Order: sequence, then structure tokens, then C-alpha cells
Amino acid sequence: MTWFNRLKDYSKQQTDKLLNRYLTQIPSGIWRECPRCHSRFYYRRFGNFDVCPECGYGFRLTARKRLRMLTKDAVEWDADLVTKDPLSFPGYSEKLQRAQKITKLNESVWTGLALLDKRSVALGIMDPYFIMGSLGMITGEKLARLFERATLHELPVILFTASGGARMQEGIHSLMQMSKVTAAVNRHRQAGLLYIVVLTDPTTGGVTASFAMEADITIAEPKALIGFAGRRVIEQTVKQKLPADFQSAEQLQKNGFVDEIVPREHLTEELKLLLDMNQSNAWRANHDK
Amino acid sequence: MTNKEKVSAAEVVKRARSDNKTDSRVMIKQLLTDFREFHGDRNSADDPAIIGGIGRLLDRSVTLISTQKGHDVENRLATHFGSPEPWGYRKAIRLMKQAELFCRPVVTLINTPGAFPGMDAEKAGQGEAIASCIATMMNLKVPVISLIFGEGGSGGALALASSDRVWMTEHSEYAVLSPEGFASILWKDAKRSSEAAEVMGLTPAALLDAGVVEQILPEPLDLVGLRQQLFSAFNELFALTPDALVEQRYQRFRKF
Repeated sequence: MTWFNRLKDYSKQQTDKLLNRYLTQIPSGIWRECPRCHSRFYYRRFGNFDVCPECGYGFRLTARKRLRMLTKDAVEWDADLVTKDPLSFPGYSEKLQRAQKITKLNESVWTGLALLDKRSVALGIMDPYFIMGSLGMITGEKLARLFERATLHELPVILFTASGGARMQEGIHSLMQMSKVTAAVNRHRQAGLLYIVVLTDPTTGGVTASFAMEADITIAEPKALIGFAGRRVIEQTVKQKLPADFQSAEQLQKNGFVDEIVPREHLTEELKLLLDMNQSNAWRANHDK
Repeated sequence: MTNKEKVSAAEVVKRARSDNKTDSRVMIKQLLTDFREFHGDRNSADDPAIIGGIGRLLDRSVTLISTQKGHDVENRLATHFGSPEPWGYRKAIRLMKQAELFCRPVVTLINTPGAFPGMDAEKAGQGEAIASCIATMMNLKVPVISLIFGEGGSGGALALASSDRVWMTEHSEYAVLSPEGFASILWKDAKRSSEAAEVMGLTPAALLDAGVVEQILPEPLDLVGLRQQLFSAFNELFALTPDALVEQRYQRFRKF
């Protein structure tokens, strides 16, 4: 077990860096394996967008990395909100601290004002590395404020979802976020403003059952897992093995829930085009009607 | 136009059903720039027989909804030769409501033998789907223009043609039922379909006289001209207030 001792020593010096690597499961070395098609490939083939060169699956990204892929011009909102521990759940605050360290976020979503080539948008990006992007009270608060601010300043909203669902450690308080954010989405829509959602791997549970399915235009990344109940839960309940592509973005599109499946490398351009078609190419401004 | 050469109604039907009709996808591509297809009814399925999405007509964005027959065997089977399922109409409803929200006018392109008569379609409420599609269109606060460029089969076509203006191409038809169905119901003989076609008044010229359609476009279609015509028609209709627009559409159908 000498390797373990070495690891221990090393981690004393560089705890953060190592934990970061370990917990985010970013494979070290020069070979990567795609969790979808299980093909292995040389890391350089990964490209700038972290996409499997074989099947096109987009690897999970931290919110900050995705933000860098989208734009350089962004101002973060509500970075000062602090998550409470309403149930005084054992070990929860440590878990939060660890997640905050890994993702450099205060909660599982990044929100802010962003510029996509001069087009202002209210942008939200959920981080699957922050306790599986789960929906905590502050996540809900940040999202509700995102939509409220967008409504006030007449901005479109673009939201990237990635979530395992409700934050179990916050119990019923987490559940309430679904209605809270939905209500804010409704008001944004009533003001005649555009909401584009990009469903990324994985979007499940309470997030799917609320704001992820409420957008005017629903985009998904190829091969992303999108669903409500987890595969294991369904299999145990119905006592049947589910097909491999069950709950995939492609399947979801066939079932009528996704407008477009857009590969990550074309995403920014697609978003710009959709924003233009809803704004600069409009016959008259929405609020004049 | 049709006045130049006198063709029988049966011949009009034949030409309307011709396989040489422009494919809807090709038409959309030539009519709009940057067309983006949006899928699904947000409920159960995505119907390939209805194409819907947004694109730019000249420099303004419009929502376009079109039926699709497909150009190869596989596609034609998938779309039931251009017969939409209830979830196709529900996709259309969704996209029209979206158009209303964002103040986009709607263009519908129609070439369908009718809504698909299938078991699943009945179960999913084909009648209800067509009914609410019509209801949505009659109340829509943005302009809608329809073009029938082949078959306009019954309720399946009307569901997408309850519009401010309905245009037809020279070789197209629009009727309550196929001539075969008409003959078989009234005369218990589907073979008398040419006779039925004559009686039904389903030709563009007859429909123009009856005020069911506003304009007949010569074929082959001049898509550049059509683009310009749609653009100026939308400009005209946008000059009306949303309430006046809905009232005008109400009166358009009230007169029948």
C-alpha cells in the first residue's frame, strides 16, 4: 500500500487540487473513455469542447468551463447568497464546502448577465459537479432572481440545465423551489420574453419536472440523459430491463419534448441565431402588441 | 391561369395529387432563410407529416407550418402520404401559440389528402386535435396566410387553413372529401369519382368564385415572387390592431 501512503502525503500538500480531480472524475493521463459508447481515445481528440469523437456525447462540464466556451463578457449575479442548512443535516455543510471548492460557485447554478456578440441575455448554467447540480434553496433563489431580473430589464433567458433533481439534504424546502422558479418563468413569459433551455447531461427529477420543460425553445445536447425518475427506480418498479437509449435526448425528441438537438460545437452560433430571430428580425417589439 | 386552358375537375385532382409536386422541404428552403425546425407536441410524439419551425422571410422572422408527404417510399410511409396524426396538429398549435407570443406571423403550406384515419389517431383524439387547431387559428392575434399547393383534404387541411388569407396554386384542390369518398357516400360507387369532382366545385377557379380562397398562383411556383407577396401581405395585416385582425378573420368565415 505504498502508493496509498504516497497519495496521502501528496494530498496533504495539495488537498484542493487532488480532491478536485478525484471528485470531478476528470480522468488523468492521456486516454479518455466515453461513458456512453465506452470507446477510448487519445486526449487530443477530445477537442476544445470535451466531446466524444466517436459518438458525439458531450462530457459533463463545470459551469465556469461552459461559461468560458460561450462568452468572455459576463457579470455574475448573486454570488454572495449563502446556503442555509434547514434540516441541520449531518455532514451537509462539509459537503457544501467541498462542492464550493471544486466548482468555485456558491451554489449549483451560475447566474448572470452575459453578452453573446452584443446580444444581452440573462444566463444561467447549472453545474453537475456541485452535488450533482441538485436543486437547493439558493439554487432556486438564484434562478428565480434570474427570471425576475430578466423580466424587469426585458431580457431573454438562456438556461443550461444539469441536475440530479431535488437536494435531499434540504428536504421539502428543496421541493418548493420547483413552484417558485416556475412562477418566475410564467411572469417572464407573460411579459412576452424568450426563454431558451439547453438540456445537458444529466437533467432529471425535480428540474425536469419544472423549469427544464417550460421553455419556449427546448434544445438538448446529443446523447444527454433527460428524464424524471431514475433508471434503477423504474426498473425496480416495473420489473423490466429498460432499453439502452431510454431517456436519451434523441428518444425524447421522438416523444415530442425536444425541439432541436444541437452538438456543443454549434451551440453558441445556434443560440445567437435563435435570439436574432426573436428580436432583431421581429415585425414589431413584443411589448408593443 | 386556369382560364387559359379548360381542364376537367378530374384532371385538376390528378394534377393536385401528382408526385411531381415540389417537396415541402425544398419549398421551405427556397422560401425562408435560416429555417430551424422545431419538433414535438410536448405531450406524446413528433409527427413527421407536419414540419414546423421558424425562419426568416426576407429580413423578418416568421413561423412556418407545413404538411409533408415525403419524397421517398420510407418517408411517405412514415408520413402516411402526408396525413397528419393528432400530435402533428398539436405541434402546430404549440408553434402557433409561440408565434403569437413573439409577434411572428404564421405561414402554412398545405398538401394533404386529409388527417390520418388510424386507430392510434382516433385514440389520441384526432377530432379534438383538429378542432383545437381551428380554434387556435381563429383566435390568433398575429396574421396567418395559408397556401394550398396540392391536395387540400377536408378537415385535415382546414385545420391549417383557418387563416386571414388562403391562396392556392393553379393545380390544386380543396374539398370536403376526396371525390372517391364523395361518390361512394352519395352514389355508393367510388368509380364515379370524376363525375363527383365536377359536382364538388373543388377547383381553384370555383373556390375563388365562392370566396373560399383569395388568390390563385400559377405553377411552377415563383418562390421569389411568393416571398415578396407574403411579405407585403403580412405588412398589410400587421397594420391592423390584433383585435381588428381577429374580427376580420371572424367575418371571413362568418359569411359562409
